[in-house]
Amino acid sequence: MTIHQGIEISGLSHAVRGAEILAPTNLKLPAGRITALIGPNGAGKSTLSRLIARIEPPVTGRVLVNGLDVATTSTDRLARELAFLGQHSWLASRLRVRELVAFGRWPHCKGRPGPADRAAVDRALAEFGLLPIAGRFLDTLSGGQAQRAHLAMTAAQETPWLILDEPLNNLDLAHARALMAHLARLRDGGGSILVVLHDLNFAAGWADHVVAMKDGRIVAEGTPADVLTAPALSSLYETEICVGEHQGRPLVLHHL
Amino acid sequence: MRAGHLWVLSATALGLLAAASLMVGAARIAPGDPMAALVLGVSRIPRTLAAILTGAALAVAGVVMQQIVRNRFVEPATAGTPEASAAGLLAVTLIAPDAPIWLKMAVAALAALGGAALFAALIRRLPPREVFLVPLAGIALAGVIGAGVTLVGWQADLMQYISIWLMSGEFSGVIAGRYEFLWIAGAAALLAWFAADRFAILALGPDAATALGLSPVAVMRLGLVVVALVTAMVVVTVGMLPFVGLIVPNLVARVMGDNLRATLPVVAMTGAVLVLGFDLLGRIVIHPYEIPAGTILGAAGAVAFLWLLWRGDRDAR
Repeated sequence: MTIHQGIEISGLSHAVRGAEILAPTNLKLPAGRITALIGPNGAGKSTLSRLIARIEPPVTGRVLVNGLDVATTSTDRLARELAFLGQHSWLASRLRVRELVAFGRWPHCKGRPGPADRAAVDRALAEFGLLPIAGRFLDTLSGGQAQRAHLAMTAAQETPWLILDEPLNNLDLAHARALMAHLARLRDGGGSILVVLHDLNFAAGWADHVVAMKDGRIVAEGTPADVLTAPALSSLYETEICVGEHQGRPLVLHHL
Repeated sequence: MRAGHLWVLSATALGLLAAASLMVGAARIAPGDPMAALVLGVSRIPRTLAAILTGAALAVAGVVMQQIVRNRFVEPATAGTPEASAAGLLAVTLIAPDAPIWLKMAVAALAALGGAALFAALIRRLPPREVFLVPLAGIALAGVIGAGVTLVGWQADLMQYISIWLMSGEFSGVIAGRYEFLWIAGAAALLAWFAADRFAILALGPDAATALGLSPVAVMRLGLVVVALVTAMVVVTVGMLPFVGLIVPNLVARVMGDNLRATLPVVAMTGAVLVLGFDLLGRIVIHPYEIPAGTILGAAGAVAFLWLLWRGDRDAR
């Protein structure tokens, strides 16, 4: 029997005090791809990504990540299958960048880092350009530097699946592009990525698969060229959006 | 000041203070005096150990509470935990006055656990960025529980006990055979050190902790157990000492940060230095009489706490 690689969602829904946040959803996300989750505010993108990453325990429906049921698999085991970075809240701790990134190795080493763990931390620090500030306290960093430190912690987990909720927050355009290039390298190495994106052109430029959500429902999915069309996006965001083309990829124009 | 300096400084200070503590007291110790061994064995060594264990455990319990509620300006002493533990002691004293001491300890610890859990539940809905709401809620909770304890204590004519438990922690009554429960507080602090990474990860927030494969609820419970054990043992044995769990963690975090695996030993040593130092000071200033360590700590700690508040969260984030 081969275990299905990828994420399979069946009958998943979510409600908060009777208000439906996510309608019953069936979805398959392919392994080895970058999947972008797009949609207007309040569409349920964060909720869906948090349910997949078992940050919110699923009440109804089922989520399988590489064959593991997130409701019944131990959270510790899941931490070696998927890494998640949310829209992180304010951090009360005074930690150095390297200390924060090293916590990404907790699922593997449980606080007893070996050479492999130290190497993974160094790789993540280098990947996100953090080596020069590895010894600085997070509370002395800019928002973008702190965001990169959190991304590096998630990357240091080195899991088959990476789930990121709006990771481009606070990043300038160079670091945003560098993050997408990092995700592309992970994918080329066999990794699987689900990323919630607000900037549609990053989805157009880097994603292999796009899932569009609105009002707690999935309204479209497919390749960027399939989903990122002027009529589809105009109706998704309820505002007029033009789509051109640049280097063979859709170019979404919505600033005028 | 660098992290390594803090290690050396606190260890050296602790060694010197411990040596001084063995020499200072109402009775004079001379070499060759047959009474010296008795004084040391029955009084001075137990008293020194009691002060060290109390200071170390209270400081560690302060860190643990600060990590699990994600706020730097709380400690068990300002969150109603000692009052809850006193309520448990009062109840067992009234209901079963002849209960063995271990049972009284157990009831005090369970009551402290209830008080700490109540505090954690109470503040869950407060916005995390409003850093001063959490300590205010703690002070309010301490006031409410304390008022209940006082009411019952007055009516049962037990105010004297209550003031010993809650008002002024001091070590003049410590002799061999009457401080050993503090080893439980020390063991709880050691337990916290073994779980240091878990507490540090929980402080990243429940989402991040879950993503790293921890159960935030389980870590929170472990933290509450540590806080409750330390508080109850200190309340019953020597009486509560204020501000140790507040000031020491903030001072150490300023220099070393919050990587608890590295900082907790320094926190423990610095807490021990603070309490032993003030106990020693209290033995010296009006020799051969004494001022309780808790009284000095109350005055000095209040000033230090005001200073922390005045600095606000400038570098407390």
